[in-house]
Amino acid sequence: MQVPDKFLYTKEHEWVSINGRTATIGITDYAQGHLGDITFVDVPKAGAVVTQFKRCATVESVKAASDVYAPVSGKVAKANAELAPHPEYVNQSPYEKGYFAVIEMSDEKETANLMKAAEYKKYVEGLT
Amino acid sequence: MSNYVPHTAKDIREMLEAIGVKSIDDLFRDIAPALRPKSFDIPEGKSEFEVCRSVQKLAGKNATDLTNFVGAGFYDHYIPAAVDALASRSEFYTAYTPYQPESSQGWLRAIYEYQTAVCELTGLDVANASLYDGGTALYEAAMMAVRLTGRHKIIVDQGVNLIYRTMLYTYTTNLSIEFVETPVVHGQSARAEILKHLDDRTAAVIVQNPNFFGAIDDYTDVASKAHAAGALAILSVYPIALGMLKSPGEMGFDIATGEGQSLGIPLSFGGPYLGFMACKQELVRQMPGRIVGATVDSDGKRGFVLTLQTREQHIRREKATSNICSNEALCALRAVIYLSLMGKTGLKELARLNYDKAEFAKSILEKVPGVTVKRTSPTFNEFTICLPRNADDVVHKMIDKGFAAGFPLGRFYKGLDNYLLMAVTEKRTREELMKFRDSLEAVLCD
Repeated sequence: MQVPDKFLYTKEHEWVSINGRTATIGITDYAQGHLGDITFVDVPKAGAVVTQFKRCATVESVKAASDVYAPVSGKVAKANAELAPHPEYVNQSPYEKGYFAVIEMSDEKETANLMKAAEYKKYVEGLT
Repeated sequence: MSNYVPHTAKDIREMLEAIGVKSIDDLFRDIAPALRPKSFDIPEGKSEFEVCRSVQKLAGKNATDLTNFVGAGFYDHYIPAAVDALASRSEFYTAYTPYQPESSQGWLRAIYEYQTAVCELTGLDVANASLYDGGTALYEAAMMAVRLTGRHKIIVDQGVNLIYRTMLYTYTTNLSIEFVETPVVHGQSARAEILKHLDDRTAAVIVQNPNFFGAIDDYTDVASKAHAAGALAILSVYPIALGMLKSPGEMGFDIATGEGQSLGIPLSFGGPYLGFMACKQELVRQMPGRIVGATVDSDGKRGFVLTLQTREQHIRREKATSNICSNEALCALRAVIYLSLMGKTGLKELARLNYDKAEFAKSILEKVPGVTVKRTSPTFNEFTICLPRNADDVVHKMIDKGFAAGFPLGRFYKGLDNYLLMAVTEKRTREELMKFRDSLEAVLCD
């Protein structure tokens, strides 16, 4: 299971990569593995306002449809349009090609509510 | 026939003992006595003969031999005998939820063909396997627009059947959706009013073609204005009219719905009828119901499976787009048989026949003293006439002459008490039309 060091994580298995005020978000390798083959991702629309830990997307696999929560608050700058024709990117490349959206953060202090890679790893190990 | 007795006293006693309850009444203890019915007022059992006689007597009160000019959303079209013969085959008629691909390829194929026919009729990309009726289909389309746009205001033209509008409002009573109705002026949608209300909160504009007054129109401008405001455009259509009118797809509409009763389903009070729905490909993820898809099995052979319902009920569950996943499979089957029998040319000819007969009816009715045929808009097979007196009274008098003369518009629209909505389908003969004219003239002279 991959857990990139530089990213931050949530208990709901979302990751966020912070660059200044810009945050790229997606779901973790652990999440994609448990969901199984992903068939559809309902990504947030550009311009939409999202709130930390509130639902911002839905991911649908052959097994279930699950809500995805925003790891940070802000405005959606860009949604990953590639996921409509290629939902499998979330399985194949959860941290790169399978990202969900880019968010312009409204409150950088919120990152304090997130887990660092080592913490998340431990958290996941505790779940299994 | 002896009385039908589901359980003997012994059966009941044993069942009660097994669950540890003394009497049947004990099972209803949770319901306060005041809320329980005092009596079900069920008479003593009757013999089969007595029941038949009593029901036949009731049925005899129905008027079955009136020459029908009532439309108002449901039309008296001829149903070829092959529709009944094929649809009543027990493989179709007795099957319940026949969707298991390993045992229901025939059924699934029929639904797939039905979907294809609906796409061809509406000029749109995807159709579902059907919904309950024209009204529920329109409601589902409105909800699709709300989900897709994230907006909560819907503009509804008053030319949309009042039954459908009532259904829209009833279904959404507990949702915060704002409906704005725009008027119909001389039979046509008031474009300026629609434009006035179109804004960045508008999820959809809903119009109907032909509208309730029978008027036909090209709503291309309404669809493009809706799109310019970021709203979706929804058109409720009469499928037979699509044999000669511009399709919803050609006009640029996003979603088309309609009542499929005209496609080989007999008129009956309360149905079962058929709601059809088609939309553009990019909206398919928000489409409710069932869709049958074509696929290839492990041996490489073509086959058919339910796709959307699996997604909605087994995968999305509480996140499903609609709580209604049912379809009207048997009615959809009748529709596809009917359309197959008609064929592309047949449907065009049928539409033309309806149009021509209605135009002929207009030409003879406007010569009846005191009658005015509304000619402000072109119509398909239904039109409005203005009578010199209350249309309801005239309709009652015409029943004695053997006619269901039409739908009195005063029942749905204020101030239109003297207006009668009349539908003339391919079934109406020249002789019937002449006799109708003479009878109307006689009734109006009384």
